[in-house]
Amino acid sequence: MVPEEQSIAIDVRDAVKRYDDFTALKKLSLSIMDNEFFTLLGPSGCGKTTLLRMIAGFENVTEGEIFLFGEEIKNLPPYQRPVNTVFQNYALFPHMTVLDNVAFGLEMRGSSKSEARKGAGEMLELVQLTQFANRKPSQLSGGQQQRVALARALAPRPKVLLLDEPLSALDLKLRKAMQLELKHLQRETGITFIFVTHDQEEALTMSDRIAVMSDGELQQLGAAKDIYERPRNMFVADFIGETNLLEVSVDKIANGRAVCHLGGGHELTCNSVEGIGVGSKVHMSVRPERLFISATPVENESLKGRVKENIFIGTDISTLINLVDGPEFIVRTSNSDRGNKRIFEPGNEVFVNMEMGAARLLID
Amino acid sequence: MTGGAPNSGGATTDTYAKARTWLLMPAWLVLLVLSLTPVALMLVYSFLTKEFRGGVIWDFSLAAYDQFFFDRGLFGDEPARIEWTYIGIFWRSIWQAGAATVLSLLIGFPTAYFIATRPEKARPIWVFLVTIPYWVNLLIRTVSMKFLLRDQGPLNDFLMFTGLIDSPIHIINTNFAVQLGLFYSYLPFMVLPIYAAVERYNFTLSEAAADLYASKWVTLRRILLPAVKPGVVAGCILVFVPSLGSFLAPDLLGGAKNFMIGSLIEEQFKGNAGNWPFGAAASMILLTLVLIILIMFTRQQAKSNKAGG
Repeated sequence: MVPEEQSIAIDVRDAVKRYDDFTALKKLSLSIMDNEFFTLLGPSGCGKTTLLRMIAGFENVTEGEIFLFGEEIKNLPPYQRPVNTVFQNYALFPHMTVLDNVAFGLEMRGSSKSEARKGAGEMLELVQLTQFANRKPSQLSGGQQQRVALARALAPRPKVLLLDEPLSALDLKLRKAMQLELKHLQRETGITFIFVTHDQEEALTMSDRIAVMSDGELQQLGAAKDIYERPRNMFVADFIGETNLLEVSVDKIANGRAVCHLGGGHELTCNSVEGIGVGSKVHMSVRPERLFISATPVENESLKGRVKENIFIGTDISTLINLVDGPEFIVRTSNSDRGNKRIFEPGNEVFVNMEMGAARLLID
Repeated sequence: MTGGAPNSGGATTDTYAKARTWLLMPAWLVLLVLSLTPVALMLVYSFLTKEFRGGVIWDFSLAAYDQFFFDRGLFGDEPARIEWTYIGIFWRSIWQAGAATVLSLLIGFPTAYFIATRPEKARPIWVFLVTIPYWVNLLIRTVSMKFLLRDQGPLNDFLMFTGLIDSPIHIINTNFAVQLGLFYSYLPFMVLPIYAAVERYNFTLSEAAADLYASKWVTLRRILLPAVKPGVVAGCILVFVPSLGSFLAPDLLGGAKNFMIGSLIEEQFKGNAGNWPFGAAASMILLTLVLIILIMFTRQQAKSNKAGG
């Protein structure tokens, strides 16, 4: 237990946040490891920002505890917590130069003015903004302001860096570039990053581990790949990535497989999940890219249908298929496979196939 | 066709320019009639000769300014010395107005901050409460203040009742009474601009400062104050300038020995004892003084803004 304890950067235990008539966080527990890029992911109002603000010290904890490297911090004011925040709208001090903004935290921690400026200069070098040191924040572009905010928060070498949707104000291209830059910065500095976002793609791109939240509760915690491939419940499957979410009833369970049928008499085999028994009506999820289309049945589980529409989305083609008397499926075909694979036109009769294990049953 | 387009465009611009000139006329008129004309009149009057029953004789004279600054007259036979009486009154006025401004700032800033940090719906109610006393005429408020501050008044009664003091403290007819009166007269002019500035302030900046290890005091001094400085400056000007020329508070609360510029000027125009050119000259000197202070203020403001960028 003891060596384990040391590697935990932030330990949230049974944290509850209640406002007058609203509970933002319902008894949430999670551990964030040292030197980890950790993401809190969820739709707006799920409690992710509240949790981040509780760790920063801007919101008090109604119940429960928060530990920072083993030390209980919930009663410390923000200015005594060795964590720094990158704010959503940067919150740069408008009357100070870029350099003074970055030097502020160092100065407050007791560095002399010249030391602080030297440290700030090094930090600006890291984010490649040295030539803007003497500008005011308002004279910089959004992306540059973003990097100043990052440099300012990293300058005092916090034990944990908190990032509150820092990329949401940037345009797509810049956002993608910043995602990589953030990831690199995290590796270079070795500081634990806790990143809040509602953008699942962003979360998947950057995170070592993701905590999916909704309604003030933790829905699933795991590595990015894990969460994408093995969503635990309907919310996670639906929120992360694109998926075919269909209602099925379970006919038979054996050897970790569940034979189910869906509307129209179609039958398919899913990965069974603990807690779902024979006869239950549940949802199953299968990712569109795990499906493929053929003109003739490939396996006995091929589902017969008719092509409704092809949608070209750059790297992929998304095909909508109506099963005979049954629900609709989306199938993604990579454009790079075009040489090998036939593109079926709307109206064609086709079969939808999937590998064993691609479809998963979900608890609600 | 294309050749005609710029011409018609030019015509439209001309029409707009003309319309703008005409539409701005009322503003110019108000400025001219209500602001510049009285000042011009005052300037002219200050260089005329006084008529003994009030009014002026249309003869050019520097007597008013001479009387203000020199004891025996600059152009007399004997060498003139600087007359300190009026300069002293001016100096006291500046000091009193300054003290009242500081007092207003000390009370007004926390008040404004308090109001600006209430829930949005409650703010108008607080602003309304601040302005309520100002529905009553300034004279009546100042007179009531006189009763409040008397040796046997409610304030002293209360302080003696609580046991804080044994005998009444003498407040009325002191400098402090005048400062209190001025403070009370103009407090909302301090509260309202600061309130407006604090309300616009982005409180995330305070969070960011706290996040970067700044204590509350440092955050106030280094982040909040610079951000709301324009509101504070506006409030200080709005309290200082009218305080400087005020005569009700010093007359009613300060007694004869705490005379201020306002009273001096007022006296020159009242009844038969007055001296209109002298009153006008004193007004002009006051006006010049205020202008100099304002220009210094804005200069300094512009400089500090520039130094940062």
